[in-house]
Amino acid sequence: MNEIDISRIISAVKTLCMEANYLIDPIVRERLRIALKKEDLPIAREILEMILENHILAHEKQMPICQDCGVVVVFIELGQDVHIVGGDFYEAIQEGVRRGYSDGYLRKSIVSDPIFGRKNTQDNTPAIIHTEIVQGNSIQITIAPKGGGAENMSEIKMLKPADGIEGMKNFIIDCVKRAGGNPCPPVIVGVGVGGDFEQCALMAKKALLRPLNEPNSVLEWAEVERDLLARINDLGIGPMGTGGKTTALAVQIIQKPCHMASLPVAVNIQCHAHRHRSIRVE
Amino acid sequence: MKKLRIHELTVPLTAGSIAPLKAGDKVLLSGIIYSARDAAHKRLAEMIHRGDSLPFDLAGQVIYYLSPSPAKPGMIIGSSGPTSSYRLDSYTPALLELGLKGMIGKGARSREVIDAIVKNRAVYFMAVGGAAVKMAQSIVSARMIAFPDLETEAILELKIEKMPLFVAVDADGSDIFKI
Repeated sequence: MNEIDISRIISAVKTLCMEANYLIDPIVRERLRIALKKEDLPIAREILEMILENHILAHEKQMPICQDCGVVVVFIELGQDVHIVGGDFYEAIQEGVRRGYSDGYLRKSIVSDPIFGRKNTQDNTPAIIHTEIVQGNSIQITIAPKGGGAENMSEIKMLKPADGIEGMKNFIIDCVKRAGGNPCPPVIVGVGVGGDFEQCALMAKKALLRPLNEPNSVLEWAEVERDLLARINDLGIGPMGTGGKTTALAVQIIQKPCHMASLPVAVNIQCHAHRHRSIRVE
Repeated sequence: MKKLRIHELTVPLTAGSIAPLKAGDKVLLSGIIYSARDAAHKRLAEMIHRGDSLPFDLAGQVIYYLSPSPAKPGMIIGSSGPTSSYRLDSYTPALLELGLKGMIGKGARSREVIDAIVKNRAVYFMAVGGAAVKMAQSIVSARMIAFPDLETEAILELKIEKMPLFVAVDADGSDIFKI
């Protein structure tokens, strides 16, 4: 058994919040540079150049890539041989978010009630925490701040099994089409297929966390991802929706077993800032 | 490869000064503009409904759909990119009727907003979302002028110099998102 004090959780979460907002994923940056080489529409090129320049400025000045520093989504893989000491585990995560957003000069975007008052909670809490118990004696913490613009364009639909592969693909492509320039394309398209209603939505979000250069481990699904990416980029939405060849940088799917009556499909759209950062606390 | 047409423009805007702008052109905008997003627009709409005077005169002005990240010590403002404009669509025609000449945001607008832009000879600019540190570099001063209780959504008066924007909807109703 491994004892981990909550002070280490607080400090890890704080650092991850700041780094996720300041530092671009190098694979995203590489994909954007490749996109710039392919684009010949002047406005698409200017937009991509500004996005690439912004990464450098954010890094140099330690400022958030985007002013919308998002709702903090936390994925925890908790080793079953870990014993957490010193206080409440979930409260430690919230405290880390509080400190990261305050000390990191990150925007606080959370309102306490969705309808009544919509009063800002002032510290960007509560974060949304998903916990999985896994083997081992360490804790893997992933922070994925999610902006409202992209999250608002996400959709879930309970398709019929008869809709099949084309029904699934059309729903995903139509979702990206409906989103247009709103979610800050070039986007990353996270997709959940299968499971049930709530698991499917979570799968779509989790799919975003797979490294962009790793295709789906199942051959048929890797082919679906490739085909969807090509068809989405043929839509011509382009960077920020003003036209061009690059609408998405990747399509990432998580598929799972489901009820024989069901075919749930969820699409979680991610902006080009694609903020996420992980650490293992041993 | 066709090059982008670039215009330098200063706020306040007039029907004349925005006449040469065509959807897809680049604009370097200077002058005084105001930030306002969801909560501030709701308040402005309520004030208009009650017949109250607004915190700033809309005539010839530009609203930036922005709520920045907090300024670090010694800095004028934090990261300052645009938010999605469609959420403000229901409020925009009334503001254009009162003389507002420009909006800065991202993403497409509704038919009603585009019709109101044409009717009032106004312009909708697009800023690059997620290029927020770059955008902040063209802001030379920032001052809160209304709704401090809305915190990050309060209205700021911003002095800008050559802010890089694109014409998304011009005064004739041409829409970059539909071209």
